[in-house]
Amino acid sequence: MADFLLEIGLEEVPARMIAGAEAELGKRVGELLKRERLANNGAKVATYSTPRRLAVLAEGVQAKQADNEKVVMGPSWKIAFKDGTPTAAGEAFAKKAGITVEELKKIETSKGEYVGATVKLIGRTAAEILATDLPKEVLAIYWAKNMYWRAGKPERFVRPVRWVVALMDSSVVPLEIAGIAAGNTSRGHRVQFGEKPVTIDAAKSYVEALRAASVVVDVAERRQIIRKALDAATRTVADARWREDEGLVETVTHLTEWPSVILGDFERAYLDLPEEVLVTVMRDHQKYFAVEDAQGKLAPHFLAVLNTQADEEGAAIIRHGNARVLRARFKDAQFFWDMDQKTPLAKRMESLKSVTFQKELGSYYWKSEQNLAVANALATILKSADAPFDEAALFKAVELAKTDLTTELVKEFTELQGVIGGLYARAQGLDERIAQAIYDQYTPASTEGAIPSTVEGQLLGLADRIQTIVAMFGIGNAPTGSKDPFALRRAANAIVKILAESELPLTVGDVVNASSVSDAGKAQVNEFFRERLHFYLRDVRGFAYDVVNAVLAAGADDVRDAIARAEALASVRGSEDFAAVSAACKRIKNILKQAEEKGFRADPRKLGQLALEGIDLWDRSKELAPQVSKLREQRNYGEALALIATLRPTVDLFFDKVMVLDANEAVRSANLGLIAEVLRNFSTIADFSEIVTG
Amino acid sequence: MSAAQPEARVKPTSLTFQDLLFSLQAFWAERGCVIQQPYDVEVGAGTMCPETFLRVLGPKPYKVGYAQPSRRPADGRYGENPNRLFKHTQFQLILKPPPVNVQELYLESLEAMGIDLKHHDLKFEEDNWEWPAGGAWGVGWQVMLDGLEITQFTYFQQCGGMDLDPICAELTYGMERIAAFLQDVDSIYDIVWARDPQTDGSETGAVVTYGDVRLAEELQFSVYNFEMADVARLWEHFNSYEAEAHTLLEKANAVLQDEKASVVEKRRFPLLATYELALKCSNLFNLLDARGAISVTERVGVIGRIRALAVGVAKAWAMQQEASQQMSESAS
Repeated sequence: MADFLLEIGLEEVPARMIAGAEAELGKRVGELLKRERLANNGAKVATYSTPRRLAVLAEGVQAKQADNEKVVMGPSWKIAFKDGTPTAAGEAFAKKAGITVEELKKIETSKGEYVGATVKLIGRTAAEILATDLPKEVLAIYWAKNMYWRAGKPERFVRPVRWVVALMDSSVVPLEIAGIAAGNTSRGHRVQFGEKPVTIDAAKSYVEALRAASVVVDVAERRQIIRKALDAATRTVADARWREDEGLVETVTHLTEWPSVILGDFERAYLDLPEEVLVTVMRDHQKYFAVEDAQGKLAPHFLAVLNTQADEEGAAIIRHGNARVLRARFKDAQFFWDMDQKTPLAKRMESLKSVTFQKELGSYYWKSEQNLAVANALATILKSADAPFDEAALFKAVELAKTDLTTELVKEFTELQGVIGGLYARAQGLDERIAQAIYDQYTPASTEGAIPSTVEGQLLGLADRIQTIVAMFGIGNAPTGSKDPFALRRAANAIVKILAESELPLTVGDVVNASSVSDAGKAQVNEFFRERLHFYLRDVRGFAYDVVNAVLAAGADDVRDAIARAEALASVRGSEDFAAVSAACKRIKNILKQAEEKGFRADPRKLGQLALEGIDLWDRSKELAPQVSKLREQRNYGEALALIATLRPTVDLFFDKVMVLDANEAVRSANLGLIAEVLRNFSTIADFSEIVTG
Repeated sequence: MSAAQPEARVKPTSLTFQDLLFSLQAFWAERGCVIQQPYDVEVGAGTMCPETFLRVLGPKPYKVGYAQPSRRPADGRYGENPNRLFKHTQFQLILKPPPVNVQELYLESLEAMGIDLKHHDLKFEEDNWEWPAGGAWGVGWQVMLDGLEITQFTYFQQCGGMDLDPICAELTYGMERIAAFLQDVDSIYDIVWARDPQTDGSETGAVVTYGDVRLAEELQFSVYNFEMADVARLWEHFNSYEAEAHTLLEKANAVLQDEKASVVEKRRFPLLATYELALKCSNLFNLLDARGAISVTERVGVIGRIRALAVGVAKAWAMQQEASQQMSESAS
């Protein structure tokens, strides 16, 4: 039993790619050991990584594959032996198999008797196998972006490979990766340890050997060190907390080999800048953690995670340097903010004429006018439904929504467009409803994001997005396959989400019709939204695909209604009665399809021709239909479905006793008329035939 | 301020802006690099100089460094913003092919500027580079020193739309940033550019600041770039340089692809001059952009026009190099 260590030394790997690659390396090594019968049952594969290395330590590896036997089939017995004497063919086979003729065995097969030879397979050593197969596995690791560096481009990898450690216990496994021969020396922290080699005496001592060289190779341990250091640094400020940011913790964990944390300060005066701007600078531009006070308000401090453990002098220098950079960035932001205030949003409309929205369509000035027209149409619907909202605020918000594109601050922090417009609107004394709507216009940015908090914001978000979608479709920019350069799917997802999670009395159709969609283009847009609604129900809400299909077949316009129907359907889907009704619906559909193919006509007037079971079904259906219809109107889908499920015995009996496609035309027409009617009556909530049963 | 730490006084470097440049140049000269003078045509980045853009093509190894003033008209701030410049100084280094210890050499070059790495936090953070108009891209890092990006480190993969073999490493040091950081000044204009050692010996020597040297230029070029550059005339210039470049490129391709043309004829074709015309177009584009004269719509189209020239020259240059190579081979 041995331990195997592989470490691939690299130039700094992008932080975002490390975790995936580390896991993939572990998987590949584990599978290789298993495939080659080198892993014991108790074998354990641990993985490690830092920006400069990927490593895997497998414990319980066989130094050598177990020897094995295998039977090789030869010619038929009759050809190998004549009268018990081996023929030339028999001798040749034995020779090829490496055994004597006497050792050949007779093997019975369905085709007759054949000669067989039992061949011993000598197990290969792990070192041999790893040397030939492991480099291929390593070089097959997936990278979002890779490069080549050696002349002739023999391989591509994320960054140049600089050293390789491969050890079976204490012996070097002679493998080569990207032209680098494996050895037993690694490297430590660039600055803390320097470039002298770090000798790994045995695979098992990897983690500790690197720790002695100021490298913590275990990612979870580094993450823990960083969290604790953040806590400790924050404790030096009374009543302060660092703002939790899991994504940022991951990033800095993958940017460091020997992490520590410093707390720095900035001038309190910068707290007058909006928190959104301060946090964006700290988190996105500088990778600093923000600090907040007991009330959750930003405090004038920042936390930087370092890739070093500096002494007191070094810490002072580093703190000073980081604070200097942050101050310069804040100063810039302050400068832009002040400059932007000289031209209020209301005075920026004209300059939108020179900001292109889309070359074939027009400027953002044009876009704002178009959005206003859509908002107008939506407002009309809301008014007729007596929904409360502030129409004047809505129109003002729509008009000003894009003006922040001309501000210096948005040019600097493009990720804050909308947000900055909202902040400026507020700072310039516009109505809070206007400011909030502008602020929220791009939310939700993803399927996880929250929808705008106000009705005006929701309407602005709908108007802006449907205008974009319809206009883009109009000039042939609809998404195709994986190509969606204008993020129209995301825009439509946001529309669906707003309709789903708001209380707006609007359907998808209302929103589409409020735009300037042409009659010719409407079908394509509607189909696009149907897909997006399908995606929403399936991927965001998690409904089974057959439930989604069934629900959307009975209507894909009213989003909240579709969700309610899906919920009701999902909850009865498992019941036996319901499954039977679903099966019956499917059967009805098939029969109707067959009938149509054969040209059989349904004729519900010939009720007199129905068999007794048919009459029962007719009566029961007539009795239930209005009740179901009433419950549907009340959106009491749970009860409606329960009621439909009570049809089961009647339906079962009918199909049991009645041959729908009767030879007699009058009977057949009557039967077809009956089942078509039943299907119609009970498909208003969902098309049950879509439900996958047993 | 409630924070516990007193603001530590950090000892700033006594090295001037020019001292820092000298140390970098000396460091790389000692490691076998040609130290070139800045290229004398307006460029937006050191990468665009023929010493980089054309030298990285083909198989011939080359090591060169130069301090290139890089013009970005839209970045001008009339000398009012302490952190932004219309024209900044890039120390540009090309190592073709990159030695295996290129990162370690880079760290040594920082030490050569007086940066004691033991007292700083250094990170290599992913940052890939791309110049679409030059058909050029690479992968690499922005090197962060105490939260400040001081260098762009790129492994070139393609240039002029062609795969490079061998590749090269490009190091671009942002000299103003590094100097402001090491001298611990809050404004670029306060950087000490030079100190006269003759005056009275040491620290109190007469000082010339970055502002003394460059402020007028920043102010006046901002005025020109944003307010006074004549858009119609800039377009005229653009079209005229472009036309001449195209005429030359057509001839170049005819000569270089002509099997009957002699190597001498191929070798003397003025592709370097053609490339300068392309650079002129690139600078005019930046000026037009700063003037707000290029809509988002037009942008892609104009970049495409510059790309046609730059990539056209690069391809022709590769052919020309091959022809010259054959000549030197047959001569030996």
